[in-house]
Amino acid sequence: MEAMNELFALQPFTLAFVIGIYLASVALYRRTRLGLLHPVLTSMLVIIGVLYVLDVDYEAFRQGSFLIDFMLGPSVVALGYVLYEQVRLIRRHLVSMLTAVSVGSLVGIVSVTLIARWLGADEQVVSSLQPKSVTTPIALGISERFGGIPPLTAVVVVVVGVFGAVVGPFVLDKTGVRSKIARGLAMGSSAHGGGTSRAIEMGAVEGAISGLSIGLMGVATALLMPLVRLFL
Amino acid sequence: MYAIFVIFLFYAAGLLLSKAIGGLIPGNVLGMLLLFGALLAGWVKPEKMRTIASFITTHMALYFVPVGVGLMVTTRYFAGATVAIVVASAVSTVLVLVVTAWVQQILEKWKR
Repeated sequence: MEAMNELFALQPFTLAFVIGIYLASVALYRRTRLGLLHPVLTSMLVIIGVLYVLDVDYEAFRQGSFLIDFMLGPSVVALGYVLYEQVRLIRRHLVSMLTAVSVGSLVGIVSVTLIARWLGADEQVVSSLQPKSVTTPIALGISERFGGIPPLTAVVVVVVGVFGAVVGPFVLDKTGVRSKIARGLAMGSSAHGGGTSRAIEMGAVEGAISGLSIGLMGVATALLMPLVRLFL
Repeated sequence: MYAIFVIFLFYAAGLLLSKAIGGLIPGNVLGMLLLFGALLAGWVKPEKMRTIASFITTHMALYFVPVGVGLMVTTRYFAGATVAIVVASAVSTVLVLVVTAWVQQILEKWKR
């Protein structure tokens, strides 16, 4: 419908629309505490539903929501400050943590690539999955760079966050991981923000380390990806 | 305003650097590393960054909602690979979890 397309191409309208739905999704998530009702997933599905019912073209919505999309870039840059604040606190363990996260990142990229290919996924899908353990804003940049499908990456990354938050503590217990640093680091490296939200519940040390590992994992994966792709 | 200026300055620098190295690493990640380095070097005042940087990063989840909405026009590119996507992501996530934790734990014991 032309009138609807014009309405959704209007930035102030679409900004208010998206932010409003996002805030409502956050409120719903806080009330229910259900991992699958992650605000990003709920917001996306509700917006897709509304656009579908009102017969709005994705292009019109894309135009109207441009500013929100644009904020991804500066927000990743601002993570540099967050990383700085956290690194100051744990200088002592920095080398071991960098090593562990780099190995974890490598294992993540290689394993997801081999398994997905073995199960018949094409290269576009493989590229979309490679940054799956990286926080979404960074993952989107990596996915885009290597020919992935950014919307698929966004969904996979968010679901991985929820999955890691749910199974993480169980897997760490079963595999005999006791070190608080190792537990926090593993939660953030494998499941970014989702894992960190759970790590905060495990304890203050786990939470802080997990928060730091989100940034380390993003950097490690961004730097390792071009190398790994030479061999895979 | 200082913080906003710094963020866009480093973002722009990151994008240009990314172009210069053939786009191997996304510009926003390079911008993040440059800002991190400048903070460590003392070229940027951390206390002036705090408010804006925390605000922008707290609401990060909002920024990728529009990208996710792109699912409505892209599902046909991967509809056939659903099993591969789910299995590969789940197994690989557990591997990252275990390997990262073990490497860290071994390095800690080794140090002592």
